Amino acid sequence: MTLIPEFQAQRVFVEPWTTELGSHGLMALVTFLVGATCGLIGNFLILRRMALVGDAISHSVLPGIAVAFLITGSRGVGAMVLGAVVAAWVTHGLIEVISRHSRLKQDAAIGIAFSTLFALGVVLIAVFADKVDLDQDCVLNGELPMIPLEPAVRWGGWVLGPPPVLRLGVILMASIALVAAFYKELMLSSFDPGLARCLGVRVGMIHHGLMFWLSLTVVASFEAVGAILVIALLILPGATASLLTDRMWPRLVWSTVHAALSAVSGMHLAVALDCSPAGATVVAGAGWFVMAWLFSPTEGMIPRRWRRRSAAIDSRPRSSEFGQNA
Amino acid sequence: MASLTAEAAKIGDLTQTRWTEQAWRFVSLADPAVRYACLGTVLLGIVCGLLGSFLVVRRMALLGDALSHAVLPGVALGFLWNLEKDPVAIFIGALVAGLAGSATVSLLTRTTRLKEDTALGMVLASFFGVGLCLMSMFQRLPTGNKSGIETFLFGQAAALGPGDIRVMGSVALVVVLLLVAGYKEFLLVSFDPGFARVLALPTVWFERLLVMLLAFAVVSALQAVGVVLVSAMLIIPAATASLLTDRFHRVLVWSACLGMVSSLSGAFLSFLGTRLPTGPFMVLSASLLFAMALLFSPRQGMVPRWYRQRSQKIRIDHENTLKAIYQVLEAEEFTGETVTVAALAARRRVAPAAAAVEIRSLVSAHYATLSGDRVALTPSGWQRACAIVRNHRLWELYLTHTAQIAADHVHDDAEKIEHVLGEATVRELERRLPRIDTDPHGRPIPSLASAVAGQPASGGASDRPLGYGGRS
Repeated sequence: MTLIPEFQAQRVFVEPWTTELGSHGLMALVTFLVGATCGLIGNFLILRRMALVGDAISHSVLPGIAVAFLITGSRGVGAMVLGAVVAAWVTHGLIEVISRHSRLKQDAAIGIAFSTLFALGVVLIAVFADKVDLDQDCVLNGELPMIPLEPAVRWGGWVLGPPPVLRLGVILMASIALVAAFYKELMLSSFDPGLARCLGVRVGMIHHGLMFWLSLTVVASFEAVGAILVIALLILPGATASLLTDRMWPRLVWSTVHAALSAVSGMHLAVALDCSPAGATVVAGAGWFVMAWLFSPTEGMIPRRWRRRSAAIDSRPRSSEFGQNA
Repeated sequence: MASLTAEAAKIGDLTQTRWTEQAWRFVSLADPAVRYACLGTVLLGIVCGLLGSFLVVRRMALLGDALSHAVLPGVALGFLWNLEKDPVAIFIGALVAGLAGSATVSLLTRTTRLKEDTALGMVLASFFGVGLCLMSMFQRLPTGNKSGIETFLFGQAAALGPGDIRVMGSVALVVVLLLVAGYKEFLLVSFDPGFARVLALPTVWFERLLVMLLAFAVVSALQAVGVVLVSAMLIIPAATASLLTDRFHRVLVWSACLGMVSSLSGAFLSFLGTRLPTGPFMVLSASLLFAMALLFSPRQGMVPRWYRQRSQKIRIDHENTLKAIYQVLEAEEFTGETVTVAALAARRRVAPAAAAVEIRSLVSAHYATLSGDRVALTPSGWQRACAIVRNHRLWELYLTHTAQIAADHVHDDAEKIEHVLGEATVRELERRLPRIDTDPHGRPIPSLASAVAGQPASGGASDRPLGYGGRS
């Protein structure tokens, strides 16, 4: 067995959509759902320069989840969400306390708060390893390959799919509805908090709401895909979209497109290399970002360089033509 | 090497040990694996503490986070070199990956409109994703010692071998030597890059050198703390140190010591149980020290600061009450020795109950005595009252006389400054003002002699009952 398996087009490109649809296709669907949900929020996080708050929260929900496990002794979704939301609020509070009551700036405060909570979570999981049905590996990698094995939910005569898929689907729908409902407030409070406050928008409420929704999304996605994919998908789709367009609406659409592309190509990559699907999705997403970085019509490095060169050629005095004429 | 890893594996695999035995094994340093672990964690604490200080003062704390995640693909490729846990190959691979990561961050912020936090997050997540892919591919390989690679995620000090110690020791040596040799330049570039450029220092090269040293530190700490939590060991001891002192060289020393203490105690704690990762315990010890400093640091701590604010507030309240008592006495032209609580309340414009609270506070500070509803000042209270009124009126006089401010505009300012005028300033005011007997409103300024002798400025009070020893 070698490091990179032999490439078989049939296995990599055809089978995931035919015989393996139930496992690989489902994995791609889950990563798309996570990517689309995280991408929606990620756009606003990037706009508000809070990209690393997403990173912090996705690390620090871990002790909340572990404590919820220890108390309830089961993988009840409600308890986990509650634990994670509490942990997210504790992080938020710690960051506030440290940056307000000491000379340390916010970056140091974020670093201290989330790494402390993450360490606490890992310690809890390691110490109570026999009681907690989570391992350190699944924290990072998630249990993407396990999802298709979960028994599907049936409703009436319909087979709806495994519970994580349903949960993520509901959260995606709710995210779209929330962004549509509060679009104006979100935009205004992100771009001009002062004006928003004058117009009677509750800027603090919007901020806390965003944080709440972020922690909810992180928890739902965390369980399915692991911490690292959550961090990546909070930033990559939004960053890619911001290279493609200036307007917010198209950015939201582009980030969803990016999520879909990286889910599908990540799944193919994972099959081709036989590696961790979460990691492969991140690699694929980063690949699409690099494409946008190089080739985006407005921001891309290559179009920009080409434009600059042609502008330089245009503005050069055409002495040679004059010479020929004379 | 082989026997050592066997030893280390045994420590990790012990299933039935009492924690007291484990603690004794650690403290007695009898085991070579324990000795290597201790030496490694000490070196790690020093290096991370020193370099972390630069990150914290330059507000680049999250660069450490990004860098530590970005080295993962390099670690994986270092493994690939000969499918062994070769410390040198891993070191080189991780170093290259870390430098590539930091170069990507600066390239992203330069060529796109993405802000630095987004660029850091991008690099962190993407590089880490590549690393996870590579690692999951190794795990399929049937050959090679692949058992060591998981320890890179959360750290295992017990798995440190002599090769690791050699790498960590040389990194520590390089870092310390470079910092000592270039201390002045590093300091200047960190605190005032503009001035450094004016002095024609190659600031860009110092920046690059710092990032490279940082990558060194991250990579050498990986084995013991793990990729995920290295950044915490960079930030937390340095942040703690910056709460304890103001001078940068002391921050460096404190931070190295704190790093050492927290990493050693982390290693100790993780030895107590079986299969416990080291990194999280180190981070928790460091966080505990940070929390102590945040609360109790003598100058910056929340508790001392709260205490100072509270005692200052109490002092100012006392002084205001004393001043009000003096003013009541003065309005009666010092005919009486005592004031009623009602008169004081009227003067202070508060409810009688609130005035009674203020007086009880004065009594407990031995500034006044209360009999029935009449308040009398003790000698120290009288002295304090005179001093505060004197401060107030001297300042008013100074403002009208020297600063040429109208007499009806000076009261509010004096009301604030009377509490903070020190002895030396009062002497200076007395020297500068031509006459110091009456304030701009025509009221007499109590003199120091009268305060000591218990004699009001007007000389009205003749026989004080409280043993002033004053002249009659």
